[in-house]
Amino acid sequence: MSILVDESTRLLVQGITGSEGSFHTQRCIQYGTKVVAGVTPGKGDTKHLGVPVFNTVESAMTETGANASLMFVPPAFAADGILEAIDAGILLVVCITEGIPVLDMVKVHLYLKGKPTRLIGPNSPGVMSPGKCKVGIMVGEIHLPGNVGVISRSGTLTYDVVSQLTSLGIGQSTCVGIGGDALPGSTFVDILKLFQADQNTAAVVLIGEIGGTMEQEAAEFISHGMTKPVVAFVAGSTAPPGKRMGHAGAIIIGSAGKASEKMKTLSQAGATIAPTPAQVGLTTKKVLESS
Amino acid sequence: MKIHEYQAKALLAQYAIPVPRGKVASTPAEARTIAAGIGGRVVVKAQVYAGGRGKAGGIKIVDGPAEAEKATSQLVGSKLVTHQTGPEGVPVSKVLVEEASDAARELYLSILIDGSGRLPVMMASEAGGMEIEEVAQSVPEKIFRSYIDPAIGFQPFQGRKLAYGMDLDGGQIAEATRLMTNLYRLFTDNDCSLAEINPLVVTAGGKLLALDAKLNFDDNALYRHKDIQELQDKEQEEPLEVQAHDWGINNYVKMDGDIGCMVNGAGLAMAVNDLIQYCGGKAANFLDIGTLNNTERVVNSFKMFIGDSRIRAVLVNIFGGMARVDVIAKGIAEAYQQMNIPFPVVIRLAGTNLEEGQRILAESGISFIQAEDFYDGARKVVEAAKGGMK
Repeated sequence: MSILVDESTRLLVQGITGSEGSFHTQRCIQYGTKVVAGVTPGKGDTKHLGVPVFNTVESAMTETGANASLMFVPPAFAADGILEAIDAGILLVVCITEGIPVLDMVKVHLYLKGKPTRLIGPNSPGVMSPGKCKVGIMVGEIHLPGNVGVISRSGTLTYDVVSQLTSLGIGQSTCVGIGGDALPGSTFVDILKLFQADQNTAAVVLIGEIGGTMEQEAAEFISHGMTKPVVAFVAGSTAPPGKRMGHAGAIIIGSAGKASEKMKTLSQAGATIAPTPAQVGLTTKKVLESS
Repeated sequence: MKIHEYQAKALLAQYAIPVPRGKVASTPAEARTIAAGIGGRVVVKAQVYAGGRGKAGGIKIVDGPAEAEKATSQLVGSKLVTHQTGPEGVPVSKVLVEEASDAARELYLSILIDGSGRLPVMMASEAGGMEIEEVAQSVPEKIFRSYIDPAIGFQPFQGRKLAYGMDLDGGQIAEATRLMTNLYRLFTDNDCSLAEINPLVVTAGGKLLALDAKLNFDDNALYRHKDIQELQDKEQEEPLEVQAHDWGINNYVKMDGDIGCMVNGAGLAMAVNDLIQYCGGKAANFLDIGTLNNTERVVNSFKMFIGDSRIRAVLVNIFGGMARVDVIAKGIAEAYQQMNIPFPVVIRLAGTNLEEGQRILAESGISFIQAEDFYDGARKVVEAAKGGMK
């Protein structure tokens, strides 16, 4: 098993005809993901990369039975694209777009309440269940099927961590990039709950970073809701306060946002902290051997 | 994005939020004229992005036009060093000359987006005039919060709750509620990330007045607020960061070490800096090169390193995903062709189109130190910066 995406995922791509949408849709197809539809308003009734394109998410779902969406819509229109997908009742939206205004995301979150849709991102590298399905922009080849779940706020740091795991022979059940924005659709806690319930996940690697309090909320959940071991690292120990470190959510305001605070809280909650980002793989290996 | 206090107050005034009478001045003579127009005691306030101006001598209360002129001549053209600026300080090129107000009470009012609640939250406190983080530490029970649902906007009951929380009474309740409603309108109309009035004073006459104001804006929403974008004062920003931005490198932050870093992805870039410190070195910058389709940003990154006299060695750490390793490699080769690179460069490449990238680097004949992985790269660049590797 795995979480969020697997062989039963029937993917539609919002913004399939754009350059990034095209490039990464092709990669997903090559990996074996079932891409059943694309959505680009004004390009309905055409085909792109051999995939039928529709004007609306609703018509794409009706015609193809798509149950998940991957979004490459530009930031000014992305929130509207997510709202459209929620309205159509799709179960999963993975939003790659970076740079969506925060107030647009506030509206998205309000609209999400009580709906069946789960949103991953925005500013996410995607979700991937190795050997089964890739919904995103991550490098497929570095992954290995297995039983360690990975959750991260970062894209490329996750690639590094995943390749550390793979080179040690530690496979992954699912890798989830929740994205680097301040208001992600799904939080660490949301995904930890899924991994805790997933029979094929034996341990979880959590990669956090400075800013916000998501890691503290994760720690709270780990201390009373997780029976599976968690290995964690939080990036940004050297980041100066008050500066936005690339990601919209990565800014230290007050002491709670600091990497040292977050790692301390996670450690107190029972997570094993990797001493450096280069030792996440080795730390996971030790934790798996001792559990 | 930040703006100056005088610009923030002009925006508040547009939303019918009372601010002290005053005007901005660039010269002592202008300040004199403004002070004469106001009459009586005035406050001369240095316009800088950094906080902590009062303690740093950036705010002067003076008795009339002649003194306002003198205070302005001391401030304009100087550099103000506050606890937020670092030892080099920030340049003062303008002052705000305002009527001096008699404050009976100092309150606090702000709106920001709460990450956990995923909603705008209005915060009010009767403990104004100090930093809200301090209030949160020492007397958290004095902070009142009200979450705002954008679908219905800020409601009068919320205003009453917060106004009573600030211990206002009588006609002040309605006045404060109006002010808060207007502040919320300003916040959403302009895509603010923070709107803070601190202190919000109650004057001797019982009226509310925004004595100081700070407005920050969501960088991601600036595309729909050209008027706000134009308010940015680049002189207040770190020169290296302005330069990087002008060259298309949007995610650059100056740090205080001597190792230049070029990384793709913000999380990885932070982790690289952490690892360099773990290995005993210090990064001169955070640089997330982002996703690119051309080599220009790579070349410009090298220009940044060459223009930064502190740099003793450079680490390039790329894990290709959206960004392709071959494009990065081509950019590095171009940089070496265009410039004389005076420092050792450690390169670690992995991910999308790795083989092609390695071939390009090998064929270009440039000299660099190859790193096997992330840790190896950090270790080698620290050694190189200390002069141990060429």
